[in-house]
Amino acid sequence: MAMSKQQVRRLRKARKISGTIIGTIMKVVVCVFFGFPFLWMVATSFKTNAEAIQFPPTLLPVKATIEAYISVFSELNLGRYIGNSLLILVATTVGQFLVMVPAAYAFAKYKFKGNGFFFGLLMVAFMVPTVITYPSVSKMFMEAGMIKTLIPQIVPCLCNAFGIFLLRQNFMQVPEELLESARLDEASELQIITKIMLPMSKATLSNVMMLSVIGTWNSYFWPLVMTYHDEVRPITIAIESMKTLEGGLQWPIIMAGNCILVLPVLLLFLAASKKIIAAMAYRGVK
Amino acid sequence: MTKAKVDVPANALSNPKRKKVYIGRLVLPYAMVLPTVLLLAVFTFYPAIDMIINSFYDINVFKGNTFVGFDNYVRLFNHPDFWPAVRNTLIYTLGSVFFLIVLGLIFALWLQRSTFINGIVQRFMFLPHICALLSVAMIFQWLMDDEGLFNFVLSWFNLPGLKWFNSSDTAMISIMIVSIWKGIGYYALILLSAVKSIPTELLEAADLDDSGKLRTFFKISLPMLSPQIFFLLITITINSFKVFDSVRILTNGLCDTNVLVFLIYTLNKTSGQAGVAAAAGTVLLIILMIFTVIYFRVLGKRVHYQ
Repeated sequence: MAMSKQQVRRLRKARKISGTIIGTIMKVVVCVFFGFPFLWMVATSFKTNAEAIQFPPTLLPVKATIEAYISVFSELNLGRYIGNSLLILVATTVGQFLVMVPAAYAFAKYKFKGNGFFFGLLMVAFMVPTVITYPSVSKMFMEAGMIKTLIPQIVPCLCNAFGIFLLRQNFMQVPEELLESARLDEASELQIITKIMLPMSKATLSNVMMLSVIGTWNSYFWPLVMTYHDEVRPITIAIESMKTLEGGLQWPIIMAGNCILVLPVLLLFLAASKKIIAAMAYRGVK
Repeated sequence: MTKAKVDVPANALSNPKRKKVYIGRLVLPYAMVLPTVLLLAVFTFYPAIDMIINSFYDINVFKGNTFVGFDNYVRLFNHPDFWPAVRNTLIYTLGSVFFLIVLGLIFALWLQRSTFINGIVQRFMFLPHICALLSVAMIFQWLMDDEGLFNFVLSWFNLPGLKWFNSSDTAMISIMIVSIWKGIGYYALILLSAVKSIPTELLEAADLDDSGKLRTFFKISLPMLSPQIFFLLITITINSFKVFDSVRILTNGLCDTNVLVFLIYTLNKTSGQAGVAAAAGTVLLIILMIFTVIYFRVLGKRVHYQ
């Protein structure tokens, strides 16, 4: 039996609506799929050890407790490692900025012998992985007697090759006439950088710095191979060592540590998710 | 784009004050790139060259180094862990490349319209990417514990629990699941911006011609996306060859998950193996160099033709 035109139209509309509903449900499932493990981390961190390992597991803590957080800070002294991480973070970020800006400016705006060569070096260095460089670097710091300081975790990370690359591209777009007229007004090169170049590259600069801050806070490999003494370890290595606590794996404590590790990044992401996503996309496409 | 030229003014060198300014302008660029070049020389190039040289020496802290030619390479290729590590690295690389690109494409096409909910989904997917791998790995270690949530969910369906990271059958796949879960949001994002850059006229024209959705995808979208896919292919391959953190955190190289970088790391820690570690590092460097050269070759061509 043939359907009337109206029936066909109604059927199509119904199909379209059900399609949207199924699509939306699937999208919610995807959100849960990517969000749930973090929820599980937070939930576990508020459980007692006994509740965490009970089988079948509970979704949310039956009786929420902050025991794990207390022992993370009192017994395991996480505060000190957070302090180390913050010191490394601030020093690395400031240092990277001071190294990056003049280099990017010179590469973008000066014609000098070796410009192309040095820039090429930078791009080649980009390819060399840290697993290749760390034995010599740690030996160097050992011989210099600096292995018990935070320096090995800061100085080797000061050259942000990708940041220089992006910033150089940005600087190149600043019109030459602007610089010339500033020079005629007897502006020093430093003034040109701080008054013209940096304000005009704010977006790129903040992207680069944001990615570098996140990367430094999360860094795992470099501190793993650069630290031989407990007092210089950053938060990531301290949290990993929680796996080897006496009395087996204590998941609430481990998860409390990880909550503290993830929280700052999460807050940053909530505050600037659009910017961070755009920065990452930009990095990927270049 | 013109660059500031360091011209010598006619009377520059006769006037002492201007001479000073001129030399200043000549030296200034070098001073500006000096910190960068120094850092590169000390922390990247010297260590890399040192490693290549060491790969031809027997390293002994007490007796001094002796030149051994290609002995370290022979020892490396005969090392019981070397070929398994190569095999595991290749498995990890192929798996990552395949799933990240295919899933990334599916998500990119699915979420290509800029709607509110798509933005939310994208943010959720992206979240793991910016969180520390350590945290992500530890959460999954807990979820995939023998008595963890995953096995509990399996028991709902009367399925036996898996050993996940503790069995040679599943450990590598489990590590890949974690890496893909962490990375997919990023790769979907890159592909999404590529999908959005496909001219809509092309897709509309295909629609007018009543071309099927699959046909449109294979005849129009996929070819338009192929440069981006190619670059992701190389990037993911390079990153997969460098995989270390997840292996070290999740299995410590046990259960058939030893990979190249992890092998280098363990060789470096074993006494008397520094030379072999250097040889392995050199092999890795050569592999990465080949991929990078391909990358820039094609990149150069693409820029040229556009």
